[in-house]
Formats: sequence, structure tokens, C-alpha cells
Amino acid sequence: MPDIRIRKFAGSIDSPNPFWLASAPPTNTGEMIMRAFDAGWGGAVWKTIGEPVTNVSSRYSATDWNGQRMMGFNNIELISDRSIEINLKEMAEVKRRYPQHAVIASLMVASNRETWHEIVSRAEDAGADGLELNFGCPHGMSERGMGSAVGQVPEYAQMITEWVKEKARTPVLVKLTPNISDIRTVARAAKRGGADGLSAINTVNSITGIDLDTLTPRPNVDGKSSHGGYCGPAVKPIALNMVQQIMSDPEAALPLSGIGGIGSWRDAVEFILLGCGTVQVCTAAMHYGYRIVEDMAEGLDNWMRSKGFATIEDFRGLSLNRVTEWKHLNLNYKIVARIDEQKCIGCDLCHIACWDGAHQCIHLDRVSGPVNGHVELHATPAAKEAESRASIAETPVSRKEREALAQGPYSTPLARIPRVDETECVGCNLCSLVCPVDQCITMVQVDEGIKAETWDERTKAKSCASTTILSQGL
Amino acid sequence: MSTALLPDDPQLRERFSELKPPLAPQAAVIEADRCLNCFDAPCTAACPTHIDVPGFIKRIASGNLRGSALRILDANILGSSCARACPVDVLCEGACVLHRQNRKPIQIALLQRHAMDAFHASGEQLPSSTSATRNLRVACIGGGPASLACAAELCRQGAQATIVERRPLPGGLNTYGVAEYKLRAADSLREVEMIRRLGVDFRIGVSIESATALEALEAEFDYLFLGLGLGAMQRLGIPGEDSDGVMNALELIAAYKVGHIREMHGTVVVVGAGNTAIDAANAARRLGAETVYLLYRRGENDMSAFDFEYEHAKQQGVQFLWRRQPLAIRSDERGRLLLDTVQMQQVDKTLLPIHDSQFTLDCDVVVPAIGQSPLAQLIQELRGVEVRDGRIVADRASGQTGNPRYFAGGDCVNGGREVVDAVAGGKRAALAILKTAEGSRA
Repeated sequence: MPDIRIRKFAGSIDSPNPFWLASAPPTNTGEMIMRAFDAGWGGAVWKTIGEPVTNVSSRYSATDWNGQRMMGFNNIELISDRSIEINLKEMAEVKRRYPQHAVIASLMVASNRETWHEIVSRAEDAGADGLELNFGCPHGMSERGMGSAVGQVPEYAQMITEWVKEKARTPVLVKLTPNISDIRTVARAAKRGGADGLSAINTVNSITGIDLDTLTPRPNVDGKSSHGGYCGPAVKPIALNMVQQIMSDPEAALPLSGIGGIGSWRDAVEFILLGCGTVQVCTAAMHYGYRIVEDMAEGLDNWMRSKGFATIEDFRGLSLNRVTEWKHLNLNYKIVARIDEQKCIGCDLCHIACWDGAHQCIHLDRVSGPVNGHVELHATPAAKEAESRASIAETPVSRKEREALAQGPYSTPLARIPRVDETECVGCNLCSLVCPVDQCITMVQVDEGIKAETWDERTKAKSCASTTILSQGL
Repeated sequence: MSTALLPDDPQLRERFSELKPPLAPQAAVIEADRCLNCFDAPCTAACPTHIDVPGFIKRIASGNLRGSALRILDANILGSSCARACPVDVLCEGACVLHRQNRKPIQIALLQRHAMDAFHASGEQLPSSTSATRNLRVACIGGGPASLACAAELCRQGAQATIVERRPLPGGLNTYGVAEYKLRAADSLREVEMIRRLGVDFRIGVSIESATALEALEAEFDYLFLGLGLGAMQRLGIPGEDSDGVMNALELIAAYKVGHIREMHGTVVVVGAGNTAIDAANAARRLGAETVYLLYRRGENDMSAFDFEYEHAKQQGVQFLWRRQPLAIRSDERGRLLLDTVQMQQVDKTLLPIHDSQFTLDCDVVVPAIGQSPLAQLIQELRGVEVRDGRIVADRASGQTGNPRYFAGGDCVNGGREVVDAVAGGKRAALAILKTAEGSRA
């Protein structure tokens, strides 16, 4: 039975599972956090505490895609609008009732030493298991010299981290902004400043869209909008990339709480495989409620069981060394697309994708007779379409006519099952990505009997060779 | 031509409420998003008018409803009625690739209707081409779908088209013959009005039944398009067929659609098992007939009606009497009808009556529905137009007949198919007329 508990994250933070709620609206009050713990969350990073703010009305907007709501989510809400006293009083109550759960105080105050010292003491006195320094908030607070205004300048980040560490008795996590050209610079600064861990990523600067009737971007605050912070499923690939960058850099790597588009156990496993010790969730909980954690915990448990992992540490970071620089990829690895005729439903999206988006090697010529070779030899998609538009079709009104439409050996007419010209296929994956049927198009390795060689090796071999020639010539 | 010619009858509307309610706007977008956007889509290929189905569906998804409707109308000027009347199970929706993934096909008909309803509701009209850019005059005889499609296409390409229709309302079977719960006569007329505004000229209530009338048209027009449809419904050929209370299926359907029949009572027997027979049987039920029999001389597996029509009739409470042949219709002293029938059996490939199996049905109305007879009268007058098996012989691609000035399309050529086939035939003929006219001028 797998153990999904987290022990001594960033030094001393324990939690019943790696699933934490990120510092955000779902962790606004003690009452909410206690309900979240009841639902199964292992930890919560309190909605950022600091001098209370006044928020605007209309705070969120989203990107819907192809009928799916909230593929991406955006907010212009600031930190907590509740007083420091109330937040900390509730935090003490939460810790009293839920001693086993992780409660992290997210903090953001004005950039001077005493103010930070004071808030650190107060949060720890309230019972916080750790502190998260919000150096990431990309909107509003940054205009006042806080949030990402700190997180974008490594020297500031290091300085404040040092101030906090002077006082802190609990682990200090620095939350990083992705709105910077290289996230590692600030991660390194945090590490130099003595941080015990990192949280990444905060939200990405965004304008989600514009109302085409009012011409006002969303969210609309009395006819105007402001750039916000983007999160949700859309940002996961950006987050994974940054997590990998941080965790692969010895000067930056620290215990990392992964954030960015996590909504399922699969997402969580991916972040852990790139080295994260815990994960934080916000958008998915805002979309569906705290209950989503049930499947996250169960799914993680089942996956670990099926793979034989006993603890989170058993698989944490296992994918890190599988990300490398391009120059170390094997140039002689060859795969080609194979289409399963039994599974093909004849949408022919692979054909048009290959012609217009790739290398013109998927053809509709099973009936006319396969032709291998360059693009000029084949009927273009436009010609194919024109041919079928010019054909005469009739409603099959009689039983006999309808029966005559019955298919051949495959459920899809042969004329609509595309064929891959493997001599031209470059193995780009595009067809398998657009195919709506699982396992219909698979990418199959073709052993060409050529030894593996990377770009790095090839160029080094060449420069060696040219050096040799040069020296011989001399 | 206005819908004012049709009485608004709340009872009719209630009894023939739509079989499929329209999609709500958001439901339409959700459904449109399901469409895979196939390349050279099978639904488009299966449609006789080759409507760019993924094209109009993705325009719904993007919120480009006007573009969606125009895309439909480009291919099929009767896109609105086809969305309601087409047997999509055997056409576009039947061809949807999602079937092969055990998924529900895209609801193409409802989406098409959604786009077309939005277009009509917006009050927008197709760009009119009242200024004829070509010196070409074509008369379309018959005011049904084939002629409407032919005339509309001609007009859109700058020719002048005139529709000559003998009935008081244009639209042919779209107006008079499609079950009201699928296509309301008012919706058919709305579509005809759109075509009139394109610039098509209508001569309503004009019969072309003599050689003289035809010669006059020949003199006035460069080409003639025959969109005549089929002839009257076939007679059963049994004694008593002319009794009061015997009314063929198309008469029944037309009569209730324009408000001439508002109710039916007692027992109705429909003879035949095609789609029109089903429409008539369902109509009788909806009009109030307590018992409706559908009587067919062959078995369940031989009926030509589409499967979904058969299912629909069963749901309407129509009772089926298989392998039963009508012999005679008599009247009793109270004026009720007595339909003598006999049980049939198939011996090898021949249907034979079973000895001593006679059976008499007491009923109030008998509705023959054994198909329409081929056109006879007018066609004989057409010099050089070949008629074979009651159908006009015309080139499949162009609709051109043996007389190069005569083109034809729709039921009078294909023997009786669907609205969408007639539209396709009419449009092909229009394009061929334009091409022929250009050729003869060159």
C-alpha cells in the first residue's frame, strides 16, 4: 500500500498528502481551509496576508476553448482584504483543530526589514508550519513595489529572503513569478538568501480576451480592464518547463512546491516526476470545488501501486534526467506513422494535417493505387475535395439502395483510410496528435541500423576531423 | 405567396407540434464543437447538394451565424426545408464518421436549421439580382423544390427565371406534401418568399396542359426547365374506390396542411407502406382518428419506409396489418366503409392470396398510399423529350433532355426521391443551362 504522506518538506513541513491548496480565493478564510482539509487536502497556503487591500468588482475572466470552460483562468484580485489580526486568529484556530495538516502563511508586506520581521513573527506565533513569500503577484501589488516587482529583481528577492530568514524559525518558501526571462535567476537569488524551498509558478501576465460588443477586455471594471494573472490548464506546460529548469540547476534547486494548471493526479505526478515535493492547486478547485482532491489522492495511490512505488520520494525527479539539451538528442532515431485500418474512422484529419501542416506524406490513394514519392506525384487535398463535390449523390430511397451502401472489409471505406508514405514520413507525430481515435495512428520505430549520434557528437567529430586535416596540411 | 394565405390554426399547430424542437443557441454551439471537421467530409459527399457541412457547423461554433447560413444557401437554396424534411439518417448524419467510434453522429439537421432559422429571424435577404446581367430567360414549369432551386440559381447568376405553378400556393410538396410536424407549410412559403426576393418571377395558378400553352412558353423563353414532379397518386384498382370516404394520402396531407381537414374520427385504414403512407397514418392519428391501420400486402421487412419513420408510426399508435391485400370497398347502410381484404403469402417470389382468408375491416376512411403515378398528360406534348417508364429521360449531370431547349429535374426525372434530390437536380440543370447558353452564344 503506497504511502503518499509528505515528511519534512523543506526541512520540517509534514502533510497527509502532497496536495495543497495554493494561496488564492479557496484559502481565503479559516472556515474554508477547514472544509478543504475535511475534503481531503493535505495542506493550504493561506491567501496572502499583508496590509488589507480594497479589491475591485469583477475580478476574474477565462479562456474557453472548443466548448470547454476555463481552459485558462485570469484574475486581477489582490492579496487578502481581511485584517492581519483576523487572518492570524483564524490560522491559530485551524492549526489547533488540524495539527496534522500543513498550514503555510503566504506573506507580502512593504519592503523594509522591520515590517518583514514583524509579520514573520506574528505568522509563526499563530502556528504557521511554514512561510511562503509572495514575490510573484503580477498585478496591482507590483505597482506598489511588492509581489512580482520584488520577484523580477534577484537582488531584492535575495535581500528580503535574508531579512525573513533572520527571524524565521519555520521553513521559508519563495514563490516565483514566471514573468521574467529566466526564472532561475530569482530562484538562485532565493537560494543565496537562504530560502528553504520554492513555489513555482505564480500566474502569467495576461489579457484573456476582449468583449467584441463593448470592445473592453475582460474582466471589465467599469469600462476598463487591467492585465491579470493567468493560470489553469493552459499554463501547465509553461510551469513544467520552469520547474524542470529550476530543478536541473544546482544553484537554484531547492525543495519545490509545484504550481500551474494542476487539476488531476496525472498533472501532479508530472510535477513530482520533475522534482516537486508537493503540488499546489487553485483553478481546478475554484472550478469544481474542494471535492476534486478525492480523485487526486486515489489516482495517485493507484498509479503508485501499479508502478510499484511505495513513497513519493521513490519517483520524485525520475523524469528530470530525461530532459536534455537538443544537441544531445539522437539524430538517427527514426519513427514513422502507422495507421490501424481497423480503428480508422475516416475523418482524414491526418491527411489534411500532413499536407498543410507537415510533410505531405499521408495520401488518400488506397483505391487509386499507392504512389510513393514526392509531393508533385499526388493529388492535392483541393483536387480531392473538388472531385467529391463534383460527384452526383442521391438519397438511397429503396431498401435495396440502402443495402448497397454496406461496407467492405473495414468499417470505413478503403478510399477514406489514409496511407502513410513511410519513405517520406519524418516522424513528426502531427498525424497521431490530430487523430481523434486512441491508438489508431501509432508512431513506430524503424531500425535503420545506424548508430546513435547526437548533434553535439556530430559537430565535435567534424571539428576533430577538420583539426586533423588542418594539422596534416600543416 | 404570403403566409397570409394560410389560416393560422392553433389546433393544427398543437396537434402537429414539431417532431424535433430546435436547438437552443448554446446547445447548438456545444453540438457544433463536437464536429471533428473531417477533411472532404463524408456528410458533405453524402448530401445530394453537397452542402459544406463542417464549414457551416464550424461557423456556428465560432458565432458566425450569418456566414453559416450563407454557406448552406450557396449549396442548397432550400437549406431551411431540407434541414427539416431530409431523411438525414440515410444521408449526412448516416455518413458521420462518429458512428464508427460508437458515438452519436453530429445533429447536422438541427444545426442546419439553427443557422437557417437565425438567418430568417434576422430579416436578412440574400443579395437580390434584379438587374439581370445575362440576356437569358428561362421558364421553370412546376413550383416545387426542383424548379425553385433551378430558378434561384439562374437568378443568382444573373439570368431571368419564371416559375409557372398550377396550384394556388407555390412550393410543391414542400408546401403541400411534407408532414406538418416536420415542415410547416408556412416555413415552406417563407423560403419561397426569399427566392421571390432574389428576383424570381412567379406565375401562380397557371396550368400548362396544352401544346399551345407550351408553344407560348417556348416563344417567350430561351429554355424550359421541367420540374413537374410526379402525377396523381396511384389508384388501388378495386371496386368502390370512388366512394365517399376514400381519399389518397397526398390529398389528405395537403387538405390538413392548408386547413381543409381539421379533424378525423373513427377508424382510418391506410393502404401502402412507404414514407407517404406513414405520414398519412400519423396525420390521421394526430387529427383524432381513434384507430389507424396501415395495411400492406407484403411483410415488415419489405416496407420501403425509412426505419425511423416506421418507429415513429409505432410510437404514434399506428397498427400494422402485414400481408393483407385490399379487394373491394363497400359502404354499409349507415354510410360506414367496409374494406374487404385477403391475407397474402409469398410463394417463391410471387405473392398469392391465401384461400378462405378474407376479412372485412369496418372503417370510416380509406387512404390509398401506394405511390404516385408517373406524369402522363403534359409529357406527351413535349416534342423531342423522351419519356421512359413514366420518367423524363435526362442527362444525369446536366438534366438536359432529348430536346436541347428542355431541361428537367426532380421527381419527374428520378421517379420520386427527396426534396434534397430535387434541389440538387434543379441546381445542376441551372448550371447546365447557363453553360449551354454561353456555348450557343459563343
